[in-house]
This record gives sequence, structure tokens and C-alpha cells, in this order.
Amino acid sequence: MEQTQQAKRAIPRLWGGLVDWVDDRFPATETWNYHLAKYYAPKNHNFWYLMGWLAMVILVNQLLTGIWLTMSYVPSGDGAFASVEYIMRDVEFGWLLRYLHSTGASAFFLIVYLHMFRGLMYGSYRKPRELLWLIGMAIYLVLMAEGFFGYLLPWGNMSYWAAQVIVSLFGAIPYIGPDLMEWIRGDFLVSEITLNRFFALHVVALPLALVGLVFIHIVALHHVGSTAPDGADIKKHKDATGKPLDGIPFWPYTVTHDVHATVVFLFIFCAAVFYAPEMGGYFLEKPNFEMANPLKTPEHIVPVWYYTPFYAMLRAATYPLFGVPAKFWGLVVMFGAIAIPALLPWLDRSPVASIRSKALASKWMLGLFVVSFLILGYLGITPPSPVATAAAQICTVLYFAYFVLMPWYTRVEKTKPPPDRVTMR
Amino acid sequence: MIARLVLLALIACPATAWAVETDWPMEPMSPNLEDAPSLQRGFKLYANYCLGCHSLRFQRYERTADDLGIPHDVAVDELIFTGQKIGELMTTAMDPESAKAWFGAPPPDLTMVSRVRGPEWIYNYLKTFYLDESRPFGVNNKVFENVGMPHALIDLQGVARDACPPGAEDCHQLAIDSGSGLLTAEQYDQAVQDLVNFLHYVGEPTRQARERLGIYVLGFLAFLGIFTYLLNREYWKDVH
Amino acid sequence: MSTESAVGGETPSAALSPANRQRRYFLIAATATVGGVGAVGAAIPFVQSWMPSAKARAAGAPVTLDIGKLRPGEMLGPIPAWRGKPVFVVRRSDEALERLQQANPNLADPESGNPEMQPDYARNPWRSRRPEIGIYLGLCTHLGCSPKFYGMVQPESFDANWQGGFFCPCHGSRFDLAGRVVKAVPAPDNLEVPPYRFASENTVVIGEDEETA
Repeated sequence: MEQTQQAKRAIPRLWGGLVDWVDDRFPATETWNYHLAKYYAPKNHNFWYLMGWLAMVILVNQLLTGIWLTMSYVPSGDGAFASVEYIMRDVEFGWLLRYLHSTGASAFFLIVYLHMFRGLMYGSYRKPRELLWLIGMAIYLVLMAEGFFGYLLPWGNMSYWAAQVIVSLFGAIPYIGPDLMEWIRGDFLVSEITLNRFFALHVVALPLALVGLVFIHIVALHHVGSTAPDGADIKKHKDATGKPLDGIPFWPYTVTHDVHATVVFLFIFCAAVFYAPEMGGYFLEKPNFEMANPLKTPEHIVPVWYYTPFYAMLRAATYPLFGVPAKFWGLVVMFGAIAIPALLPWLDRSPVASIRSKALASKWMLGLFVVSFLILGYLGITPPSPVATAAAQICTVLYFAYFVLMPWYTRVEKTKPPPDRVTMR
Repeated sequence: MIARLVLLALIACPATAWAVETDWPMEPMSPNLEDAPSLQRGFKLYANYCLGCHSLRFQRYERTADDLGIPHDVAVDELIFTGQKIGELMTTAMDPESAKAWFGAPPPDLTMVSRVRGPEWIYNYLKTFYLDESRPFGVNNKVFENVGMPHALIDLQGVARDACPPGAEDCHQLAIDSGSGLLTAEQYDQAVQDLVNFLHYVGEPTRQARERLGIYVLGFLAFLGIFTYLLNREYWKDVH
Repeated sequence: MSTESAVGGETPSAALSPANRQRRYFLIAATATVGGVGAVGAAIPFVQSWMPSAKARAAGAPVTLDIGKLRPGEMLGPIPAWRGKPVFVVRRSDEALERLQQANPNLADPESGNPEMQPDYARNPWRSRRPEIGIYLGLCTHLGCSPKFYGMVQPESFDANWQGGFFCPCHGSRFDLAGRVVKAVPAPDNLEVPPYRFASENTVVIGEDEETA
């Protein structure tokens, strides 16, 4: 009896000793407390606050399946397409690894777009989170490049021509354009040389950058803390020990939330992987089951759905300006549209952060922005027509209006004061 | 550089022209991968009538035989005409250079034709060859206009002719010379159905394994979801 | 623990009833167990994908070999035959066969005691189906180097009393003409005998026998 009691005490003592030993040499407990046990989030976090975590889940999926695909993939003009089919047929469970990766790419963008929308809605980009937002924008840019480079790797006919078209965009830049195109491709056409460098970027360079950026994104987040959906500041009211009264610690509350959300997400994700991996041609496009053929363009070339809003804006630019052809302005509009959210911290002049405290003008502008983004996404996958082009032009204007007019409409509208304590609803 | 691209696009244009949609009213067809006898007949048809020119160069005989329930010795004796081993890929013995000389372009590999064009398209394509003396092979196709391929199944189907009166609009009819084919119209439909079924299988041989595994994965996640839901609810009772 | 006050709407764990606390432990354990099963399941495709693919299996398919021109005392190979591994095919002279039947105290496992190393039909002094034809995997059972064939009975640099057989240059393991390992060398086992069968007098199919066919 006495002995078992002693043994029971011995284990915690041993554990405590080990923790002390490590803590003297590495900030283990400190890190654990700072990022998990004593990291407080507003207790009224809702659905939209799950997306950051889910994006991490997909990142892990992409890294793991990507590393495994690299084991059987051959980055050569003759071998690339065949090696993808080798993975699909000859490698045990290769088809699953490939579908997890291809579906994961679409899921990644879906989650990231929802994550960014949360930022717009609740003013996550505002002081003191400007840097957090900029790091997030950098992640988004790297992700777009990662997706673009990865899309060439199956060496299907759509892969090939999409790369051809996107690289040709750079040809619109005055003076350096044509040389730049050749430099990017390393050839006069998209070729095996292009494939090899895209492969290196996709599997080594950009994943490294992505993981590094995600790391500092989280470090920055844990330094400034999460927003609350109603704009309340949980740091205002603390108890005697310094714990936020309106906050909940990461463990166990955020964790139990996130774990359940992960399972629900994985259910939807796996339903797509197992029952609709092509997603009607939106995740895997039909012409891409044909090998790259430099002499035969697919009927109409469309990017994967997550790029289509920007592709529609590119096509919407039809007027030459200042003696520079419209093609160049399309490029400017497209990259402008991708980059302009980075300015949000300085465009938003509202005294309040959350859309809940802002007035009708902000709500309308955000609504129009979302609707125009969705319509542009749809227009980007449809063949061009005069009506479609006109619609794309209107939507492009609305898209930019959300940003350009923000300093004005956020200042003039009458806002409600944010609640002092968080509101559960 | 731009000029080069334009030139490329011009070269590519005739190639794209044949891929455009047709006004032929497509007969609906849906493949059935559960129908093993149909798949086996389709494999046999493919080996006898298509594989001479059209490779399935990403697919192996062995896997096909296993998936379709064909014993290996039967496959070796009745379905492999190239002297290859059963583990090998279903390539053709045809030399690509001479193939190009005969057909203008080497006959395409058909491993994934079903994923590119869809089973319904192949079904209609194989049913709409008709006599056209102006074409090099004496036949044309309603779904794939000016196709550079002879009607490989003409022995089975018989000779089909455009049955529309000259100048008729919106007329889509073909008529078979009676007695010119080995199969009746129904038998031919079934043969084409078998062949398309087989090509649909070859396009993604793991489809059935995928759909079977999916049930278990989703079932498991639903089960796990009960626990994570209860765990979440239990802890969040604390939060008011 | 009891000094913790109720903060942030969170109930301090001390305020939980024992039943409540037990339910939490149970739910954590149950979720972790089911989740652990899921993690193992998710690992399966990653692990399985490292198994030999259909391509590797096709490349390692049985090989048919003509041995009509192989003369006594000679070796054919190493040829890539069974799963692409190097295989030795030797034709032994009558003298060599006689030597193999004599009791040899220098051999580690003269009776082919390890059933892993040969099919049952090769558990005899010649370790082969036909006494004169020996078929062995040309991979040393020590660390997988490919041994060399020294078929002549003559003094060799590694053994002044050499009776003919195989010598592994990597770590000096020696085998007799039936692939049986000599005592006091690094290799622990006799050379492996792959499955094979004779399709006719002069053709042998390596990699396949009555059992595997």
C-alpha cells in the first residue's frame, strides 16, 4: 500500500524533474503557456474563426501528400504525364495521394478565401494587426504562385497552355516583357526546361517560404491576439491574476472547437476526394487528361476556379490607355486586384473594427465586393462574350470601389460604439 | 515572340477545329462498372478491334485481367497478341512513323479518352460512322467530322449511309444496309456499350476501389465526429 | 488549484463534480483512442505506397532462360532474373557433383537446414532440382554484395585449398558449388535458391514454380 502510494508520487516527480531540466535549456513550458495554455481568445469566436486552423490542417495534408507524390513523380517532358498515371495506377494508393493533393489545393484556396473574408468583416487588419495582415497577404501571394507552378506538373494539355498564357502575360510589360517571358520559361516556348524549374519552385522553394511565413503569421497573431467578432477588446477587463475575463484559454476550449471542426471539415473534404475528385472539371479539368501538346490548344483555356476572378478582371481590360495596349492594363488590373487588400490597414478610417458596429455603407460595400468577386469568378470560367465582358468591367469597378472608396465611406458613416464586453450570439 | 505565338495558334487551329461540338443529337449512355461480363466483352472487343492501332500505354494487362475477373492464362492466350508478358503495359506493336504515314497522325493513345471526352461521346462516335466516298478511308463520322480513321467496327455494324434527303435541315438519320453487318442493331449497340464500358474502366481503374473505400472513411469520420462533438459540448458548458 | 477564481466565464476545474470530471476524462480518452485509430488508418496509404509498385512487379516477372549452351564447369550470369536480382546458373561436372556429396566438416549448414533459403525441392546435397544444374541468387547472405564465381579446383589467393565455388570480395565469405556457406566467414546462410522450374530439357523458368505459378 505504502509502496504504491510512493510509486504514484514518483511518476509526477520524475516528470517534473524532466520538465525542469528541459526548461533550463529550452523555453518549453514558457512556449507551451505562451502559445497554448495561457493564450486567450475571445470566448465568442464563431465559425469564421475556424478557418486559420483548417488552413493549417490542409497545409499539413499538402506537405505530406506532396512529399509522397514527389517520390514517384518524374519532372521531365517525356516522363511527367506518364508518371502521374503511374501514380494513379501502379503505385499502391497512389490515386488517393494524388486526389488528396489535388482536392487539397482547391480546399486550401476555399479556406483561405473564407479566412480573408473574416478579416474584412471583423477588421482583422486594423491596428495593431497591420503586420499580421501583411504577412497573411504574403502567404496568399506565395500560395497563388505555388498553385500556379504546381498546376504545370501533371504536364496535361491544360497545364501546358495555362502556363503558356500566364507566362505570356508578362510579355505585356513594356520594354522588358518579351525578354522576361523567355527568362521565366528558359526557352522560347513552355518546355521541359520550364517544367524543371517550376518543379523545383513548387516542391522546395515555395513550400519553405510558405512554412516560414505561416510560422511568423502565428507568432505575430499570438503577440497581438485575436479580434472578437463584435470588436470588443478582451484585454480591457482582466481579473486579479491578469486573465482576460472575456477570454478562454486555447487549451481546452479552442482545441475542442478546432478538433471538432477538423472532423466536420475532413468529412466534407473526403466526400469530395472519394466521390468527386474531378468536381465536374473544376478541380481536375478534362483537357488535362491529355498530354501536353504544343501544337494543339484546348478549346477554351480557363484557369482553375481559384484564379478565375482575377482572370476575369484581366480580360475585362479592353481599352488601351496612354498609348499602352490594353493587354498591359489587364496585367496591371489583375495584379492590382491581388495586391490592393494589402493596403486595407490604411484605407479603413472607421473608428470601429467590426462590421457589426459599422453602418449600412460599409455593409453594402462589403456585400457588393463579395458579390462582384463571385460573379467575376463565374465569368472567369465562361467563354468571353460582349455581355460577359461588360459584366466583368462593372464587377471590376465594384471590386476596386470597395478599397478605393473605403477612406471616404468609413469616415462619413455613423457607427455604433463597440460593446465593452464580448457578446455571445 | 508574339508573332511566334500567333503562328503557333494558327498551326493549332486546324487541330482544334475537329474538337468542336457537333449538332448531332447525342444518344444518352451511362457506363456501368458493376457489369463484369460487359467489361470482359469490352476488353475482348478492344483487344481484337482497337489495340492494333490504339495503345492503352498507362494500363497493364495484369491489372485489367484482375479487375475484370479474367484468369491470367485466359488473358495470355486470348487477349495478348503482342507476345508481351502479362505484367506489361498495353502498348501497340505499330511503329509511330509508319502510322503517321498511313493516318496522317499516329493513332492516339486511348487510356484516358473516357476522361477527356466522356463515355457518351465515345458511344455516339462509334455509332455514327457513315459512307462518304470523299474521305480517304471512305467513311466519315457525324460526331467527329472528317475523322482520319477507318470504321474499325464496320464488319460488326455493317455499312451505314446518311439517310437524310439532300438539303434537308435538322435531319439526323443514318441507315444501315440490311445484312451488311455481322450483328443486329441491338447487338451492335450492346457491343459498343461494352466497349465504352471498358474504356470508362480503363480511364480510371481505381474508381470502384475509391468509391468503396470512401464509405469506410466517411463512416469513420462520422463516428469520430460523435466523440469530438460530445467533447466539445462538455468543455464548452463552462463558457457562459 | 483552489486559489483559481472563476474567470472569463470559465469554470475552474476544481469546481467540477467528480462525476463531471470523470466524464471529461472518459471523453478525452475515447476521442483520443478513436482519433488514434484514424491516424493509423491515415498512415496506411503512405506506408503502402512504398511497397513494390505494379511496374516493379512487372519488371521482376519470371524469366525464361535457355541453358542448352552452358557447359560443365561454367556459369551463366549474373543475369537479372528473379525480381530483377542477379541469378547464377551453373552446370556442374560429375567430379564436382561427387565432391558435393561427400561430408564436408567445413560447411556451416550442409543439410540446408534453414527452410527460408531454398524451396523444398532444393533441399539436397546439390541444392537444386537437377544435380548438374545449380541456380542461386547471386547475393551474399551477409550484406548483399554479389559474389564471384571461381569454378576451378585450384589454389586461390583467398584459399590455398579451394574446391570451386563462390567468393564474395566484399567481406570474404565463401560458398561451395552448391551455394553452401563455409564456416567462419561473415555470411550466416547458404546462398538463396529462387523458385524455378524446367519448361523443357534446356529451358528453365526462373522466378516461378508449381507453387507460385
